[in-house]
Amino acid sequence: MSDPTVFDLAVIGAGPAGCAAAIAAAEAGARVVLFDEQEEAGGQIYRAPRTPAGRACVERDGETLRSTLAASDVALRLGRRIWSVTERFRIDALGPDGPETVRAQALVAATGAYERIVPFPGWTLPGVIGLAAATVLLKTEGRVPGRRIVVAGAGPLLAAVAAKILAAGGCVVGLVDVSSPADWLRATPRLATKPSLLAQGAAWAARIAAARVPVLFGHAVVAAEGETALTRVGVAPLSRNGAPDLARLRWEEADVMAVGNGLVPGGEIAKVLRAEHVHVPERGGWVPKRDRWGRTTIPRLYAAGDGAGIAGAGPAARTGRLAGLAAAHDLGFSGAEAVEVAGRTAFREAGRDRRFSDAVSRLMMPRAGQIAAVPAETVVCRCEDVTRAEIEEAVQAGARTLDQVKAFTRCGMGPCQGRMCGETAGDIVTLQVGTRGAVGWWTGRPPLRPVPLADLVGTFDYGDIPVPKPAPL
Amino acid sequence: MIPSYDLAVVGAGVHGGTVALLCARAGLKTVLVERGDLFREASGVNAGTLTMQMTRVALIPYALRAHAMWASARDWLGHDVGVVVCDGLSLAFTEGEEELLAYRAGRRREAGAPIELVGPARAAEIEPGLGPGVRLAGYCRVDGFANAYLSGLAYGAALREAGVAIRDNTPVTAVEPSGGGYALTTKTGETIRARRIVLAGGVWLEPMLSWFGLRVPIKVLVNQLGVTERMAPVMRTVVGIASGLLSLKQYPHGTVVIGGGWQGRGDRERGGVELAPESLIGNIRLACHAVPGLAASRLARAWAGLEAETADALPIAGPIPGHEDAYAIGSVHSGYTSGPYIAALLADRILGREPALPLFPLDRLLAEPAPTVPA
Repeated sequence: MSDPTVFDLAVIGAGPAGCAAAIAAAEAGARVVLFDEQEEAGGQIYRAPRTPAGRACVERDGETLRSTLAASDVALRLGRRIWSVTERFRIDALGPDGPETVRAQALVAATGAYERIVPFPGWTLPGVIGLAAATVLLKTEGRVPGRRIVVAGAGPLLAAVAAKILAAGGCVVGLVDVSSPADWLRATPRLATKPSLLAQGAAWAARIAAARVPVLFGHAVVAAEGETALTRVGVAPLSRNGAPDLARLRWEEADVMAVGNGLVPGGEIAKVLRAEHVHVPERGGWVPKRDRWGRTTIPRLYAAGDGAGIAGAGPAARTGRLAGLAAAHDLGFSGAEAVEVAGRTAFREAGRDRRFSDAVSRLMMPRAGQIAAVPAETVVCRCEDVTRAEIEEAVQAGARTLDQVKAFTRCGMGPCQGRMCGETAGDIVTLQVGTRGAVGWWTGRPPLRPVPLADLVGTFDYGDIPVPKPAPL
Repeated sequence: MIPSYDLAVVGAGVHGGTVALLCARAGLKTVLVERGDLFREASGVNAGTLTMQMTRVALIPYALRAHAMWASARDWLGHDVGVVVCDGLSLAFTEGEEELLAYRAGRRREAGAPIELVGPARAAEIEPGLGPGVRLAGYCRVDGFANAYLSGLAYGAALREAGVAIRDNTPVTAVEPSGGGYALTTKTGETIRARRIVLAGGVWLEPMLSWFGLRVPIKVLVNQLGVTERMAPVMRTVVGIASGLLSLKQYPHGTVVIGGGWQGRGDRERGGVELAPESLIGNIRLACHAVPGLAASRLARAWAGLEAETADALPIAGPIPGHEDAYAIGSVHSGYTSGPYIAALLADRILGREPALPLFPLDRLLAEPAPTVPA
């Protein structure tokens, strides 16, 4: 019986990338453990439904992925919150039975993405939710989040969410898309490189058109209002660089708004392990430097999927498979030749993927004028209530890096650990001084997610705490 | 070539920052050179504890005076570092800790720290958040904490107002005697000239002193810290334990900082790069044992800062042997607590005044005899 706490490869994140990595490495003979926070594999995109209503809108790809995984030799550790990755590699997780520690020779980080919202006055009101949050409600519970819903932001997720709300019987009172018809037109030839995805988009658009949902292209939400919760949404047309024309502001009554301005790579593991990163706006922000197999600058640490740069589910599975193959190869499991052959197909496909995902990225990326137009008194860091003006005061006081802005203002110190505000704060500092590269990102800090102290300490005897020897007197 | 500055200070933490500030206010044209951002190493990431009960006995007279400086920072620094003055308790949960506490509190009391020993009932009155099992407590009214991460903001403003030229993100690569002063070469090849020089580089004092041909081994401690999310008040004092391996306090905004010098991994070259999970858990167990209400919170963030320690664990603060108008300061145990006062003493020495308390000469630490260089 092999040691259940020691593996050749640990894969963190059981979305398309992590599952592909785990399966590829296991097929090559490696002992693989796959972790995820959710109770079931699939990631955000193939979230497992929890209610009958949710099951009605489940995607078949998710079920295929879960059954392939179940048939593999991959050891599944689902429902685990990983809080620490150290030592190349020791993984500390909190699971249903308390703390767990696993060691592995290699690690694939496939931690997915989180969404970005460009702040506007009122974006922290109850009733304003992320596009991804709306997706979660629809996918896991088949629940429509409100009565009169505005769907706003940028990228294909807008149409996907609106179509799902309509399919579930909900009412979408407006679809507000940052992209103009010209932006969509420019993107179309590249989107057409993936006919099946383009067809899916067309189906969403048809459903939205059939429901006569008012669609505003080239517009953005500039305000949300309500006494205790959202009652109305302010929308304005955007100039070519994304600056809103407030003279043409109009209001739409709504009790829920699902809004999102693209995705940000959730690459905390590579950051905590101090892998080198570069800022690539088209990939959502800071991404680890990788070779084409997914090797980071840290030996035997690989990054794959949206967590290593936003590209979507198809490329995620491909980069995951490559990372899994590379890890198995680097650990001595499969011959270099076999890996090279497997890689060649994947590289070819990755080239095709890239044209599509670049087009999608350009649609999703916040426009420069949008950031510049965030009002001074608008909260940027909602955990700590830090406004744009306060960030700019910190720059006036000498801060040149995101770390120093954090120290001067507490921006990014709250429970979301800077995930929600980091990209916007970085953009705002960069508008005053320096470049995104020089301004940097918050230094990676554990825990990877906030963890309850009670769970970390468990039950213990005082006498068993390994207290080091006293400091000199 | 005529030096452009009267004084160059290398290293912008609490020691370098205070020396630069006080010398500039006394009329010296001062430049403060820092390889990174202001106060982003030990002085910006430490636990901010201003306690006598973790201070080395030899430093108590300095720490008491520094405590008074921190408490009045708004007056002399002119900016807020979030200082809270409050009671402090050092706890003993076992017979061994009781003995240790009684001995250590006694020695610190002899050195001037107003520490009294109290029983469990009195300790629980002073700190209602304490858990059961306390056998004895050291109680000191001279205690409190600062918000260390605000140090850079506060000092930065004060330094600018005093006319100090701030050269942050400017690593110095070499220092040489030049024209009745010193020439500092920066990483970008620029030369900064000053009549006098102060090295205040924390754990980097060792490589800095090698610019002067001196070898002074300085050990690097990698102190781990953690902070909770904001929570409702669970404690009102600074809480530690007899061994010194716990420091705990709740900030006015609700977060609780958990420290005590448990060791993470890192070094001078890479910084505090990695936390040891088992150390973090050990540290948090001590914290939850002392103040059980903490367990209801979540750990939001943990990090490590580098603390410098000399061979005898006592500070460096004084002239660099064999070199006119060159000084070094640092390696002060719990250096943030005592820092402003020890730095003020060195500023006095630089300005030709007699320091009120003795400095800590470097000579005792030299691994090899200092070369004599003609002034």
